[in-house]
Amino acid sequence: MSLLRIRNLSVDFATASGAFRAVDAVDQDVDTGEILAIVGESGSGKSVSMLALMGLLPWTATITADEMSFDGKDLLRMDTRAKRRIIGNDLAMIFQEPMSSLNPCFTVGWQIKESLRYHLGLDRRARHARAIELFEQVGIPDPEKRLAAFPHQMSGGMNQRVMIAMAIACKPKLLIADEPTTALDVTIQAQILDLLASLRDETGMGLVLITHDMGVVAETAERVSVQYAGQKVEEQPVVDLFATPHHPYTAALLDALPERATDKFLPTIPGVVPGQFDRPKGCLFSPRCKFADAKCKATPPPPLGADLGFARCFYPVNSDERIAS
Amino acid sequence: MTDPVMQARALERHYNVGGGLFGKTRVLRAVGGVDFDLTPGKTLAVVGESGCGKSTLARMVAMIEEPTEGTLSLDGKPVLPEDWADLRKSVQIVFQDPYGSLNPRQRIGAILEEPLIINRKEMSKEDRQAKGRDMLRLVGLRPEHYDRYPHMFSGGQRQRIAIARALMLDPKVVVLDEPVSALDLSIQSSILNLLRELQERLHLAYLFISHDLSVVRHVADDLIVMYLGRAVEKGPKADVFANPMHPYTKALLSATPRTTPNAAKERIKLIGELPSPMAIPDGCPFAPRCWKVQPDCRATVPALSGGAHSAACFYPEGEAASE
Amino acid sequence: MTDTTSNEGQGAPVDGPERPGQLREFWFYFRENRGAVIGLWIFAVFAFLALFGPWIAPHDPTAQARDFTLLPPAWQEGGSWTYVLGTDPLGRDMLSRLIVGARYSFFVGVVVVTVAASGGIIIGLLTGFAPKWVDSIIMRVMDIILAFPSLLLALVLVAILGPSLTNAMIAIAIVLQPHYVRLTRASVMSELQKDYVTSARVAGAGLGRLMFVTVLPNCLAPIIVQAALSFSTAILDAAALGFLGMGAQPPTPEWGTMLAEAREFILRAWWVVTFPGLAILVTVLAINLMGDGLRDALDPKLKRS
Repeated sequence: MSLLRIRNLSVDFATASGAFRAVDAVDQDVDTGEILAIVGESGSGKSVSMLALMGLLPWTATITADEMSFDGKDLLRMDTRAKRRIIGNDLAMIFQEPMSSLNPCFTVGWQIKESLRYHLGLDRRARHARAIELFEQVGIPDPEKRLAAFPHQMSGGMNQRVMIAMAIACKPKLLIADEPTTALDVTIQAQILDLLASLRDETGMGLVLITHDMGVVAETAERVSVQYAGQKVEEQPVVDLFATPHHPYTAALLDALPERATDKFLPTIPGVVPGQFDRPKGCLFSPRCKFADAKCKATPPPPLGADLGFARCFYPVNSDERIAS
Repeated sequence: MTDPVMQARALERHYNVGGGLFGKTRVLRAVGGVDFDLTPGKTLAVVGESGCGKSTLARMVAMIEEPTEGTLSLDGKPVLPEDWADLRKSVQIVFQDPYGSLNPRQRIGAILEEPLIINRKEMSKEDRQAKGRDMLRLVGLRPEHYDRYPHMFSGGQRQRIAIARALMLDPKVVVLDEPVSALDLSIQSSILNLLRELQERLHLAYLFISHDLSVVRHVADDLIVMYLGRAVEKGPKADVFANPMHPYTKALLSATPRTTPNAAKERIKLIGELPSPMAIPDGCPFAPRCWKVQPDCRATVPALSGGAHSAACFYPEGEAASE
Repeated sequence: MTDTTSNEGQGAPVDGPERPGQLREFWFYFRENRGAVIGLWIFAVFAFLALFGPWIAPHDPTAQARDFTLLPPAWQEGGSWTYVLGTDPLGRDMLSRLIVGARYSFFVGVVVVTVAASGGIIIGLLTGFAPKWVDSIIMRVMDIILAFPSLLLALVLVAILGPSLTNAMIAIAIVLQPHYVRLTRASVMSELQKDYVTSARVAGAGLGRLMFVTVLPNCLAPIIVQAALSFSTAILDAAALGFLGMGAQPPTPEWGTMLAEAREFILRAWWVVTFPGLAILVTVLAINLMGDGLRDALDPKLKRS
């Protein structure tokens, strides 16, 4: 029984020129204590699916799903109040911009204590003690003094630690981190990623890491789901994904990494991610794929089996068939 | 070896900060003494974290800001603010954000022709257009894109347009301020290829500003690592990546995520955060975060030393290995 | 090498279904606001009347039918279909006066907005680009103008210049100008931070080019909204000045002046005050609704997708 189970989730946005499908039939499972990375470029819908889960999308979004359950509870048929009790408690989220996620008018101490009061109903003294304990847990030096600081008085890395402290305040079962280190420098990024991994080890919570950085994925995640233009195109354990990607998109993306370059010129992926106005009829990657044929352009491929990384492709790469032929 | 097209010596840039009506103004040293040479056909990369002064350096080279101290020379002649108008043709800049760097109210054609209208007044309208269309083709866009507005293009295409505009005046030096960090991975590689192709074809000297070591490793010929406004290490790319001498370079390299899962690697964990550039510590700026700090590090500023591959450290790493 | 070039070639262009043009997108957002569309239609009628009023009006607006003074509207007892909305104390046709009066209000709006906006935009651009001390001086002057109640200041100015429609317009334009200065300055400041301005500088653009070619077109959206809203303020202020006897002078069929002339007949003949009042109300309301729609459509911060 997985902690989070999503089946056939789609999200549509109403825009100036008709509906735009940001998330398209995504299935996703997250188990207790695992680190799942959702990786994709901009417009891949990687954040939108998780925001839909948290109920944080604007009113223009229409969410449809066959199943969306968390910790055995059905989120689809739950009333708003019950849902609010879960979100922020058992299900927490941190965002890319720690500076704008914190309210600049209040001290970080006030903000963390406020969330402790709201969710746990602790008294004044207990709140203070718990806040200090949390700050220590996320490695903020001199917590007593830092509680009185305003967000703008601290660096981005420290603010992200505060956000993490607030997110884990209620001992969530699942923490969703949406590009938690994109706004930070690499040396600070390394610290934050280490912190997230060690918190997972301590508390046994599940961790969903949304990112576009393949390096972060390789170093932190255990399982990786690759999204492209709103669809999940592949999902594999991290080592297998980097060694034997099955979807041509994943393979091309890994080849394009400057780090893996063997030649002066890098392998490229022609074209751009399809937008609202040029969404292909068949496989979404077919206009850019070097293996695509008429069938790919006409019919959307269904996901393959687990041995082929659930790749949405008729002609997966690194499969035995291809090697044989 | 060709002669350098641009040379910078002891370049510094200070800002007077704050104060307001009654407060005291303080001096922020964004860049504190950097030397480098730019050679045609070569790429010099400047890497560092936010606040290290790399963008200020780029803006000084692109003649957007005047150096407080030090000299900048182009083809052996000093670059002085009164000559900027003439010298600008030779140095152009490409910015990080392709959404902010193109005027949303101008057509691509007008964006490309603007530098010519300003600087080549004698050029006829037909010649300008022909040159603009040629440039568009050179960066891999189609001539019919000439009459469209920037909002009709994707991020990667906009960056191509920004590059085309920078090349309209046939510059010798192009400053690339994080040109690919706002782009998706699949677009990034084609822009990097384009930049390299243009460099080979037009014999350009690049000053490539980046925070991403994996990109720098691919594009650079030489490398400067900056920390709090100072160059802490400098040298040919291969040497710096193989034998980082400054502890900060080593830490930066080890913190950069690699795409080989489970690769055994010793990660150097830096304690603490970047000090504020308003309060740069005495002595070596890296001393408060360094794991091998000695008392003399806190007292005096180490200078760059050691030939082609040099580091500003009293106790550099891997002395023996670099021979 | 050749390989990459061809790769670039097919990589770059996206053709296929065009993205919607800016105008279509604008219309989509504007249309969503029903009040704005109604406002636009009323404004269109108003503009039409302003342009062609004298040819549409059934009677000469200044012709006095001495036999038919204070005739009630047609549907009331004693009314006549010759004078649909009745006549005023001097026997002039109300409907004709209202129709022809539209052009004065429209004229006031256009002139005031043009004068205030062009002056305000130029001063705003200057302050945005000028050194800090110039900026401070100009902005403090603007603050002083804003510190006066606007109608009072306009009254004082008209009292100095002498009462006439032209002077009223000048006074209102001066009073409205600081809003444009502030708005332009704020947009200029935020646009100056953007890379495309720096990029124009690197290309060697001079100050004039930076101001008018590079920056100004990108500041226009909020200014257009402000122009629409101050159009209605101008009409209202002109009517108020007219009512106080400081604007258009009789026998001009200006709506505010009409109100003032009819003041003493309020109890006897409701129509002489009600119709000019309604005309002002409907026009101002329509323009304000339209302005809100413009803001929704032009201000990207309020866009909902």
